[in-house]
Amino acid sequence: MLANLPARLCSLLLSLFLIAFALPAFAGPFEDAVAKFANDDFSDTEEAVGVIASSGNKLAFPIISALQDGRLMADPDSKKVYVTGTDGKSIDAATGEAVTSVPDSASAVRLNNRLRRSVDAALGSLTLQSPDVGTRLQAAQSVFKSHEETALEAVDAALAKESNKSVKTALGEARAAILLFKPDATEVEKLEAVATLKARGDQEAMALLTGMGDQPASVTKAAASAISSIQSSLAVWSTVQNAWYGLSLGSVLLLAAIGLAITFGVMGVINMAHGEMVMIGAYTTFVVQEVIRTRYPGLFDYSLLIAVPLAFLVAGAIGVLIERSIIRFLYGRPLETLLATWGLSLVLQQAVRTMFGPTNREVGNPSWMSGAFELGQITITYNRLWILCFTLAVFAILLAMLRYTALGLEMRAVTQNRRMAASMGIATSRVDALTFGLGSGIAGIAGVALSQIDNVSPNLGQSYIIDSFMVVVFGGVGNLWGTLVGAFTLGIANKFLEPVAGAVLGKIAILVLIILFIQKRPRGLFALKGRAVEA
Amino acid sequence: MTPHMLTRSLDRGATIFLLVVAALGVLIPLSNLLLPAGSFLHVPTYLVALWGKYVCYAILALAIDLIWGYCGILSLGHGAFFALGGYAMGMYLMRQIGTRGVYGNPILPDFMVFLNWQKLPWYWYGFDMFWFAALMVLFVPGLLAFCFGWLAFRSRVTGVYLSIITQAMTYALLLAFFRNDFGFGGNNGLTDFKDILGFNVQAEGTRAALFALSCLALIVGFLICRAIVSSKLGKVLIAVRDAESRTRFLGYRVESYKLFVFTVSACMAGVAGALYVPQVGIINPSEFAPGNSIEAVIWVAVGGRGTLVGAALGAVVVNYAKTFFTSGVLAPYWLFMLGALFILVTLLLPKGIVGTFNAWWASAKEKRTAASVSAAAEDGVTEPKMAE
Repeated sequence: MLANLPARLCSLLLSLFLIAFALPAFAGPFEDAVAKFANDDFSDTEEAVGVIASSGNKLAFPIISALQDGRLMADPDSKKVYVTGTDGKSIDAATGEAVTSVPDSASAVRLNNRLRRSVDAALGSLTLQSPDVGTRLQAAQSVFKSHEETALEAVDAALAKESNKSVKTALGEARAAILLFKPDATEVEKLEAVATLKARGDQEAMALLTGMGDQPASVTKAAASAISSIQSSLAVWSTVQNAWYGLSLGSVLLLAAIGLAITFGVMGVINMAHGEMVMIGAYTTFVVQEVIRTRYPGLFDYSLLIAVPLAFLVAGAIGVLIERSIIRFLYGRPLETLLATWGLSLVLQQAVRTMFGPTNREVGNPSWMSGAFELGQITITYNRLWILCFTLAVFAILLAMLRYTALGLEMRAVTQNRRMAASMGIATSRVDALTFGLGSGIAGIAGVALSQIDNVSPNLGQSYIIDSFMVVVFGGVGNLWGTLVGAFTLGIANKFLEPVAGAVLGKIAILVLIILFIQKRPRGLFALKGRAVEA
Repeated sequence: MTPHMLTRSLDRGATIFLLVVAALGVLIPLSNLLLPAGSFLHVPTYLVALWGKYVCYAILALAIDLIWGYCGILSLGHGAFFALGGYAMGMYLMRQIGTRGVYGNPILPDFMVFLNWQKLPWYWYGFDMFWFAALMVLFVPGLLAFCFGWLAFRSRVTGVYLSIITQAMTYALLLAFFRNDFGFGGNNGLTDFKDILGFNVQAEGTRAALFALSCLALIVGFLICRAIVSSKLGKVLIAVRDAESRTRFLGYRVESYKLFVFTVSACMAGVAGALYVPQVGIINPSEFAPGNSIEAVIWVAVGGRGTLVGAALGAVVVNYAKTFFTSGVLAPYWLFMLGALFILVTLLLPKGIVGTFNAWWASAKEKRTAASVSAAAEDGVTEPKMAE
């Protein structure tokens, strides 16, 4: 909380500065306390801080924060005290009136370490009653972390006035944390504190409970049971969190692999340039955003909606072009196709590098994709959530397309028996071109989504190609459901292995497991059966 | 055209190839060591090292051609075997540094001292002895290939599936070797070598000797491959390449043949890596990058798949082109050229340089024989036609 305090204070200071003009000037305990700063005596200063903090005066906050920053100037001769603003303007601390200049004889009020603590506590208690809910919540949380005994009174005072529910909970937790560490708190208070912390139930509460030191036996016992209950709930939450991360990774894998599943599954074509189609989609998003930024800044939030169909068209058109110019000459020679498309990927990468430069390009998140929300103990970012939804939508549309459209029917016919389909009058070469275009277009769409969570650079595609192949091979060729199951299985397995084995070892383990799995089921989880296998 | 004639014409190519390699292996070191630096025929030391590198690549290409060209196994992870051989040699060279390292530790290599390791990991034991390291150069890639192949071939993982999982294998190794606690120098790999068998690795004489040795290894590797492919075993391998199921139905244990040739090939790749490392002076995890392995496959495709001579030739030609283009103003266009090479070779020159040349040579010869036969027929001296 203290880290962003100065910035917050500046604005507060300014507004208070204006209000201060309206205040009538009269000598009272507040003014006397302010005058004590000029004595340059540590105990006087401490007393003054206490009085000012509890005075309820609007100037209390600027004065004490100025004291903390060394901006409170006191003139020992005239006993006048001034607050110098960070903007260089000054006010009289007792009256709040603006002064033109601080006399040269004035010097900053000095602090020692003990004083600094009480200043911090006073400031904390002042922010505890700030009109801004966010500030109050932050203040309460910082008190929870520091659990300084001196803040107890301020917390109690704030608790009495607080009406916001979440701030109230935070204050209650802060109070519990203080009481737990307060040597002279009663056993009942401490037991209540343990119960409150148990209800909070996160890592920090557990840290407080484990580090609370010597306590009465009943408290220790309650704490032990609280710790074990927190531990089990944390374990559940971490499982949920891993599952969420796994789903998120799975959706990314699915998005990257789904286009590959079509080209590989339907045509038996190994497209090593698939990753580059993803990259082209990401660069399309970049170009769309650049145009929007320079011409129509108001449309920025819609940039992704515009980019999705464009990326599909651009990548799809390139895909059709590739199929017509290279791949159709290589049917029946899968290994050669692999080499040719690898060469193609080098060319595409280098072309993008020449056009857009080798460095990462910035693609922004629209407002509806940035930010996060909390669900219990886990944080869910909107971009990951949207990508998961988007992936499932793309999957559903693709599935419906294969099932219900004429092209889908033709594609399935060609997959199952190319020669028979051709005999029935299906233009197989046209279906091939369109299938390849469709797979590439889906990869382009994936690029739009991935531009939101990954660096947009010419190497973007390469980092997905091996993973995508793993998904397709694991899930089984020629079956989109296999790809879905494969992607989510690998994603979740990866994220559950990560905490145990570390990110890199987890990934290695996955690769090894897939290699072993292929031995067991050489055609993947959902293998095509029958004669198609030998084709 | 009879098979007999085909082998004879290949034999001629093989003889020429062996003579050229042997001549280079003798003449280049001699010219480097004996001729004065100003002489027209003097080969500078940097070129000796560069060509030494090419020869190592040629051995790798030969290894790939043995399995891809003759057995139809497209491995996209042969760079892994190459790098493992290189690491085995690198470990030996690291142990030879001794107290001359930055930290002066007599046992631990610098990077281990830097990571605050107290003792040598067990898998580094023995690498201070050359014979052990040399054995490991063959053994480690061979063992990996044997285990991997045993699993893959037994479950009949073939074609593109095998290609993809070999790629996954080298990718997994890449990730593993990048880790510092894996004990192979992490990102930086092994470098800063001093001696090999007591000779300074930087010295002209050592480099010349390493070049000659690489050429010798290429010759031996070539002879081994020739011996394998021209034997009865080689016939079975070609049968597996052309019709795996049929070969199996004929009663051959396809997986054993594949496993044998895959393991031999991996050992050859390991030797290539081991010779490569002292000549370039470094081995790091990027050698495991899947891209490297695929590039090695394209050398074979350019030179001519299933010709052996072509594979070696392709490796040298492509790498020479790479050096030539990446060092000049054309550097940004090299990847375009390499990519175009992949595409054009597969589309227009599927047999590669040597394969196309052989086909042209054979058809030219056939025409000549046909012409002479018809000329003879006009003379009325008809010979009985040979059964095809």
